[in-house]
Amino acid sequence: MVKRVVVGAHYGLKDWLVQRVTALLMALYTLFMMVAAPLAAAGGYEGWRGLMSHGVVQFATFLFIVSLAYHAWIGVRDIWMDYVKPVGVRLALHVATLVVLVGCAGWAVQILWRL
Amino acid sequence: MPEPAARKQRPKYLNLMAIRLPVAGYASILHRLSGAGMFLMLPFLVWLLQMSLSSPEGFQSLGAVAAHPLVKLILLGLLWAYLHHFCMGIRVLLIDVHVGVEKSAANASAKAVLVVSVALAVILGGALLW
Repeated sequence: MVKRVVVGAHYGLKDWLVQRVTALLMALYTLFMMVAAPLAAAGGYEGWRGLMSHGVVQFATFLFIVSLAYHAWIGVRDIWMDYVKPVGVRLALHVATLVVLVGCAGWAVQILWRL
Repeated sequence: MPEPAARKQRPKYLNLMAIRLPVAGYASILHRLSGAGMFLMLPFLVWLLQMSLSSPEGFQSLGAVAAHPLVKLILLGLLWAYLHHFCMGIRVLLIDVHVGVEKSAANASAKAVLVVSVALAVILGGALLW
């Protein structure tokens, strides 16, 4: 019998689960928005703003933004890990990815909470 | 450290051009490509969100921005990317809970993902952008 020695950083299972949970949250939000957004936007700016400034929608949109950032981090990081071998370049790309994702998430949240 | 069972020629370098992928392989690569594309366009999308919620004038000018042919093309591409990523994600989640794991079902669902996402992109894109 071969005794398998587990090596690595041990974040595989957690990331796998996070990727699924965030995907489900975003899928539910998408289905909701596919109905709600066109209906609201039919009322012009006031309708659209009314939807996005509603408390429940803000709660859901915030969850969507956080889910998207986390989901995209895992996905894009895996792309760099698969194709970029030089450690220095990979580290730089990881940092750049984090900067873009955290920046965009903060920007989106600020748009949302200013309403 | 245990000695590897057999030291084969590693790493293996595969000729991507000579490999014939199953349909699910193409759907999978497109899942990755669509995700990467959406990531790259993320600042643009947040900018659009900001404009839509900034003022009635900003909301109105969305139409002017989307009227540009290049922007139309990018938005259509993003629409397809989102739809493909969404459909492929559903497929992955279903396979996770052991739905459609068999070869024929997995092949059929991969084909369905490719067809449905393109069809929906054409229909929704046509309705929203033109």
